[in-house]
Amino acid sequence: MALNVRNEQALHSARIHPSPWMIVWVAIRSHKGALVGAGVFAFIILAVTIGPILYTVDPQVPDVSIRNLSPSLAHPFGTDNLGRDMLAQVLSGGRIAIAVGFTAMVLSLVVGTAVGVLAGYFKWLDGPLMRLTDLFLALPLLPLLLVIIMLFRDTLRAAFGPEMGIFFLIVFVIGITSWMQTARIVRGETLAVKEREFVLAATSVGTSGMRIVFRHILPNILSPVMVSATLGIANAIITESTLSFLGLGFPPDFPTWGRLLFDGANFISITPVRVLWPGLAISLTVLSINYIGDALRDAVDPRVRNE
Amino acid sequence: MLKYLSRRLLFAIPTLIAISFVLFALLDLAPSDPTGSLPITIPPEVRQEIRESLGLDEPFLIRYVKWMNQFFINEPLNLIDKILDPNDTTPSSRLRVLSWQQRSPVVDLIVERIPQTLWVVGFSYLVGILIALPIGVISAYKQYSWFDQIGTFISMVGFSVPTFFTGILAITIFSVALSWLPSVYDTTHEVTDFSSLWFQIKQMAMPVLVLAFYNAAQLSRFMRASVLENLNLDYVRTARAKGLKDRAILIGHILRNSMIPVVTMIALGVPTIFGGAIVTEQIFRVNGLGALLIDGIQAADIPLVQTLTFVFAVLIVLFNLVADVLYGILDPRIRYS
Repeated sequence: MALNVRNEQALHSARIHPSPWMIVWVAIRSHKGALVGAGVFAFIILAVTIGPILYTVDPQVPDVSIRNLSPSLAHPFGTDNLGRDMLAQVLSGGRIAIAVGFTAMVLSLVVGTAVGVLAGYFKWLDGPLMRLTDLFLALPLLPLLLVIIMLFRDTLRAAFGPEMGIFFLIVFVIGITSWMQTARIVRGETLAVKEREFVLAATSVGTSGMRIVFRHILPNILSPVMVSATLGIANAIITESTLSFLGLGFPPDFPTWGRLLFDGANFISITPVRVLWPGLAISLTVLSINYIGDALRDAVDPRVRNE
Repeated sequence: MLKYLSRRLLFAIPTLIAISFVLFALLDLAPSDPTGSLPITIPPEVRQEIRESLGLDEPFLIRYVKWMNQFFINEPLNLIDKILDPNDTTPSSRLRVLSWQQRSPVVDLIVERIPQTLWVVGFSYLVGILIALPIGVISAYKQYSWFDQIGTFISMVGFSVPTFFTGILAITIFSVALSWLPSVYDTTHEVTDFSSLWFQIKQMAMPVLVLAFYNAAQLSRFMRASVLENLNLDYVRTARAKGLKDRAILIGHILRNSMIPVVTMIALGVPTIFGGAIVTEQIFRVNGLGALLIDGIQAADIPLVQTLTFVFAVLIVLFNLVADVLYGILDPRIRYS
């Protein structure tokens, strides 16, 4: 009997306070662009995760007898100047690009949320942390990213191997240079939630600050954080491909979409389709994520929700 | 207002000093060796002499203070000398920040490259603004019309597709397939007559339009949102009630108010002109500031990279300030106290 009552209460509160995942689902379903975007993004994720298992051509094996081919049945995306299959390269490059996007987003979200919550909840930390945020916002990010990568590339490669070293470096630099917007949003939300009665109630029964942050504040600011997360993936993917495009990202033997575009750019007069595939992959991924992000923002934005 | 401005200016100084320190420390603490790219046949004692000649054996703080002295005191003084006596060509006796790679003062290198960047990238920003504003206004005014639907879609695409892809796509189509436009920007080209002007227009067309498309996409989304926010406010209803024509309300009232955040946004975007230049200049081989930075990074030319990155930071801080001040001037509701 007691269980039943509790279930009913849960159901009731779920209707009034829908879970963040529910908000996401409703937002995407009611937004045509986001629905298409979610479909495309799901397809890209599936393609880069399952694709290399189904399409078993090795992206790294050169074969000079089939170099610079246009798309054909044997090589649906054509081949590059060393005769490597482009479809296989785009699939494996996408794995890295999306892995970088997700990991960098998680890092930037953790840093941004931590800074934002601390600044919003603890008054004495507010000033210093927000000045730090302003400082980061005033840094010229792209030049700085390029400089950091140039300086630390060799050391990290030596420490973690050529692949993991550059992966860690890129995820780290993107993560620590993109948390500022999240921090500002989270701080604002924390300041608002902090004044609510349930936080007052929790404080009055002697709950510790850390516990209030984790049990009461974080769950209540999840929605704006999720919008940041979505846009963060798009931002990280763009940044990574920009770095790779400038030749300061992933090495050519471990190419991501940006690097494939960079390498293909020298061969546009011979095989113009070669730049099309990685470019389309980046653009479609970012476009679909941005559509999802737009729908989420509309769902979370109180001004839009009230109408 | 004046008080606010002076306070902001005073606050900008520690920010810039902090940024310069971070940049300097980052480049200094990095494990890379500036003589590492020299031939390995150079004996170690010569290598040590090279390091000494570059001033690398001095402690970090001394080098930082020296750099500050050169950048903040000597360079402005040189500039003042030049303005007061433009015919004097004797090199200044003051110590200047020297590029390791080019052996000439970094500030001169930067000044040399600014026109190319401003011409291509700055011009594209202007074109972008001119495209974005009308599209944003019409999109908002006729919300959900076919114009709005197409406009929003295109701006979403423009905002999501990176410039390095649109740029390469444009080169593939207009240079490789159709051979209408040159794919490499010739910075030595001088406009003297009509045909050279035509060539200049042709070589600027692609880089300018590619970057303008990207800028316009972002700005038109912002403009649209800003107009939409204003459309249903009370003052619009009042204007309509007193019998003003729709066009007069749109131009005289809504546009004026919705431009306030947009102008701020435009000012905030100016430093990104230079950041965006890095990618665009790389695609079209424009010989500007972005290309200078990439060259410096690849050659591990630390003084050049340090100074150029710091110049970018100064621009960001400066235009943040400009945006704030503009916001205060344009919007009488905001009172700085």
